[in-house]
Amino acid sequence: MEQHLRSDHHGLKQKKARGRKRLAPYGLTAPGVLWLAIFFLIPMGAMLVLSLETRIPTVGFKNSGYQFTWHIGEYGAAWGQAHTQFVRSLWYGAVVTIVTLLAGYPAAYWIAFKGGHHKTTYLFLMLLPFFVSFVIRSLAWQFILSDDGIVIANLERWHLLPQGFHILSTSIAVIAGIAYNSLPFMVLPLYVSLEKIDRNVVEAARDLYATPRQVFRKVILPLSIPGIFAGFLLTFIPAVGDYVNNDILGGPNTTMIGNVIQRAFLNDQNYPLASSLSFILMVGLLIGILIYARVLGTRQIEEYI
Amino acid sequence: MDPTIDPAFLRGLTQRRLSRRDLIRYAGVGAGALSLSSILAACGVKSSGAAGSQSTAGFDWASQTLHHQLNFANWPYYIDVSHGTHPTLDTFTQKTGIQVNYKPVINDNQAFYAKLKPSLEQGKPTGWDIVVITNGAQLSELIDNGWLIPLDLSKLPNFTAYASPAIKDPTYDPGNKYTVVWQSGLTGIAYSPKATAALGHEPTSLNDLFDPSVAGHVGMMSDNTELGSIGLLKLGIEPSTSTPDNWTQAAAVLQKQKDDGIPRGYFDQGYINQLENGNTWITQAWSGDVFIAQQSGYPELKFIVPDEGVMFWHDNMMIPVGAENPLDALTYMNYAYDPHVAALMANYIWYITPVAAAKPIVASLPGGKAVASSPLVFPDQAMLDKTHQYYVYKGTSDLDQWNNTFDPIITG
Repeated sequence: MEQHLRSDHHGLKQKKARGRKRLAPYGLTAPGVLWLAIFFLIPMGAMLVLSLETRIPTVGFKNSGYQFTWHIGEYGAAWGQAHTQFVRSLWYGAVVTIVTLLAGYPAAYWIAFKGGHHKTTYLFLMLLPFFVSFVIRSLAWQFILSDDGIVIANLERWHLLPQGFHILSTSIAVIAGIAYNSLPFMVLPLYVSLEKIDRNVVEAARDLYATPRQVFRKVILPLSIPGIFAGFLLTFIPAVGDYVNNDILGGPNTTMIGNVIQRAFLNDQNYPLASSLSFILMVGLLIGILIYARVLGTRQIEEYI
Repeated sequence: MDPTIDPAFLRGLTQRRLSRRDLIRYAGVGAGALSLSSILAACGVKSSGAAGSQSTAGFDWASQTLHHQLNFANWPYYIDVSHGTHPTLDTFTQKTGIQVNYKPVINDNQAFYAKLKPSLEQGKPTGWDIVVITNGAQLSELIDNGWLIPLDLSKLPNFTAYASPAIKDPTYDPGNKYTVVWQSGLTGIAYSPKATAALGHEPTSLNDLFDPSVAGHVGMMSDNTELGSIGLLKLGIEPSTSTPDNWTQAAAVLQKQKDDGIPRGYFDQGYINQLENGNTWITQAWSGDVFIAQQSGYPELKFIVPDEGVMFWHDNMMIPVGAENPLDALTYMNYAYDPHVAALMANYIWYITPVAAAKPIVASLPGGKAVASSPLVFPDQAMLDKTHQYYVYKGTSDLDQWNNTFDPIITG
């Protein structure tokens, strides 16, 4: 009898353990899910509501505010008002991504393959400037590249640049500023993907008489595609939404969508306009990325972000 | 000390004073955090009705007593400082026994207003007895909603006696019903010698901001009230009485300026650095900033009042509804209009003091001669004749229309 009881008890314990095991994944993901729900889904819902609001009709400023009216027209107005800046931001983001990829790939490659024992040192050196706030670094560029600053003024004096030349307030300045600020976000995932490549595979390719160029094109580059994809995500998306670089380095014709949203939110307190602009940007980027992910395949990407 | 050296100049050499506008230049970068409160404020505005807007028409000043406590919110670097204290505030406490909790917490009219708004809507105290807000949409909103305590001018004898006529009875608050000026400033033109060289003459007119010979080196302001107003002045239209049709005309002029490649950019408070670094040669400018720049290493910069006129802005003291110490606040307002007090502050702040009578006193203060003789701190009648007042937004639809007219130029 006692024996029987004990085995029963044992079975219960096993059952309980199995139940706990089943719940474990949910328990482990709960903090992340909660985080996303509180800090992503709820604000997004609030923004969606804001984008469908209109001004409360009032006289003067008394009781001024917005009310929810299902007003979808704001989206059309937002697009009509800011499509130039949308296109410009996507264009800047694309150029920034290409520039950082071209600049970052050789660096990541060199560190991963030739870095030897000092890989971490090189990575650290690469990240070192980024311990300073990017606003301060951009302000430093503004100072260095100003018309009377050490670079432009001297180059003009030596007749290497025409008089009155300026780099600030141009698209080049804004793109260069964003590219400079996003470089590590491209280099790090690239480094990880290159570092992961099994050296035996490279060796085998060489053994099979592949030229160095072929080794790179047929082996290393395809194996590093997940890194390129991750680098693209981490560079392109923040670049498109950036507004600080344009604020500090830009001019009259370099306004990005982030600046328009910022102005609508903070200066004009036109919340419906700002929210619908943000939504258009977000949805546009999401669709673009889903297509991009479909093309490059998502399976390995998850390992890198 | 060598008597030929101007003490104010020496002070400028030894200590670079930050203007309050310097400090807040990139406040916008950190504004993401602030925007949340703005959003919340917007969500909360569901026509709170009369609940929040207590009627202030009959504020009972007679029954108020002093609480010997004053909570004062102001902008950074906007009051005299000496050895870490504010001498005029210390004197005030000695004279009246009122302890002043002075906090330079205002960096931005919109953001500060967004913080006050939820309390005011719910009819709760904001925690402040005096706040300083620039004339503009936020101030109109405060007045229209009945969120300011009407002032009892009979308790402000210094204001009645000493306030400069130029700042009394302003368009945005007729009869000084709710506000008195803290300090004022001008929005005119600043330029460096490069502009003179390029133009072939000293700039004298707003047309010089539109001249192709300085293309790519003209600074315009990203504040759309400032930008729009200068467009109106250029057309010879009085901003304070302008109509939406006038705005469209002004926007067309400004858009053409942009299409011709003349502006270097539309700048916030950073415009003065753009001028100092040589990026811009001629720019829209606030008077106090230029005076400070002259005193701190850029004596070649000049500020002028263009022929077409200059904009005159005012930062105003006011008492929000629900203030716990209104009589203490009123007592301080009266104190601030004492010419001696105004002089001590003017000698530090370097914007336009509301008390013209402070001029001879400033001149007698150490380092005060340059300040007293500057028309940017004590404008003469010729300068005041050229000042123009801003358009006072009549309501939200008015403001939206102004924004929609001028924003596309700035963010185009």
